[in-house]
Amino acid sequence: MTAFFALIGRDIRIALRQLSDTFIVIIFFVIAAALFPFGVGAEPNLLARMAPGILWVTALLSAMLSFDRLFQNDYEDGTLDLLVIAPQPLWMTALAKIAAHWITTGVPLLVAAPLIGVMLNLGPDGYGVLMVAMALGTAIISLTGALGAALTLGSRRSGVLLSLLVLPLVIPVLIFGAGAVEASIAGFPAAQQLLLLGGLLLACLVLCPWGCAIALKIAAE
Amino acid sequence: MFQKYANPTRFLKLANAILPWVAGLTVILIATGLYFAFAASPPDYQQGQTVRIMYVHVPSAWMAMFAYAFIVLASAVGLIWKHPVAHVSALAAAPIGACFTLICLTTGSLWGKPMWGTWWVWDARLTSVLVLFFLYLGFIALANAFDDAARGEKASAILALIGGVNLPIIKFSVDWWNTLHQPASVTKLGMPAVHSSMLIPLLLMAVGFTTLFFTLVIIRSRAELASRRINALRAARIHAEAGGG
Repeated sequence: MTAFFALIGRDIRIALRQLSDTFIVIIFFVIAAALFPFGVGAEPNLLARMAPGILWVTALLSAMLSFDRLFQNDYEDGTLDLLVIAPQPLWMTALAKIAAHWITTGVPLLVAAPLIGVMLNLGPDGYGVLMVAMALGTAIISLTGALGAALTLGSRRSGVLLSLLVLPLVIPVLIFGAGAVEASIAGFPAAQQLLLLGGLLLACLVLCPWGCAIALKIAAE
Repeated sequence: MFQKYANPTRFLKLANAILPWVAGLTVILIATGLYFAFAASPPDYQQGQTVRIMYVHVPSAWMAMFAYAFIVLASAVGLIWKHPVAHVSALAAAPIGACFTLICLTTGSLWGKPMWGTWWVWDARLTSVLVLFFLYLGFIALANAFDDAARGEKASAILALIGGVNLPIIKFSVDWWNTLHQPASVTKLGMPAVHSSMLIPLLLMAVGFTTLFFTLVIIRSRAELASRRINALRAARIHAEAGGG
């Protein structure tokens, strides 16, 4: 367990020292969302109707930008080989890296989301559910994306490839995440979608670190 | 049984013995199937002649799913038993499955224009098949993204397993999303019990497409094994020249 938290701490420290990486993701999130009013028109009602979808799609796309550095540096400087032969089970190592990724990317996205909601005229009832759904959703995205990052480690054009692999797999997150926010704006309870998101998160929590560990082992061979 | 054919030479022997039979069967089945589909079956009382698209569309939809199931199974065998030929056959099946998926989408679109009045609707089934197509593309892209072919086949095998787990979840969520977003915009054309005059060509085509799939998988696996052998021989020769020189 000490190693687990030590690894999380190390990754967060590295992220804090390269803060611009995190900022780029957040800036991309804001810019991409800000493009929509130019494309579809700035009519407030239209934007309010599209806001949940725009928020989720742009959050997904910005998260994709953050995965290439998840294992890449460790892979290049040999840290990954040491992590693979370390006595801790590899799935635990993978889970620690994923947790650190969520703290350094998922949480900043979460903080920026209400701001974009305001820009897009999101209904006032949507914010609470948006935060809960985003918290669950970004964790699922971190887990799935880590799997993609581990699989594409050392490949050609891994960044683009990663998006191609991960985006179809996270369609359910988009559906339930945007669905939850839409339901709460329309005045319906969003519990159903949130519970489904929670279920997805639990399933990913079991399967993704394990798959990640296998992929990392293959990469380190 | 699997283990026996992990040896490429043994696999090739079996494949070469099977190939003429499945290839011949494919020709016979698809030829009779097409005859029935185009000449000997009646036009539909509602859809007219466009119903004939179904004889290609429905079997290719089945094959799109069958090929993905085949890839998932072959990938699992390849990973669990470290079975090289299983990986080769999974890689061989992927572009074929992607083609069937594309045929399914295109013929569906061609059928949809006169029937539904539009090339594309975000119907749950159409959307799931589109996602399946993306999964195929991801699998093929990942398999080809490494300089080391062994890495590519292992990584893509893991991806196929993930896709296999995820596909039902995607299917479920798309169904759910569809009922939420557009209730009954597309009527499901309540398929009445299919009459035998239409069922016979459909089944002939379906079996024909299945044998076609296996024919192509065998041909492509054979080509892949041959190209690996050529590479190995070439590497050995360069090595020998460098060592002996």
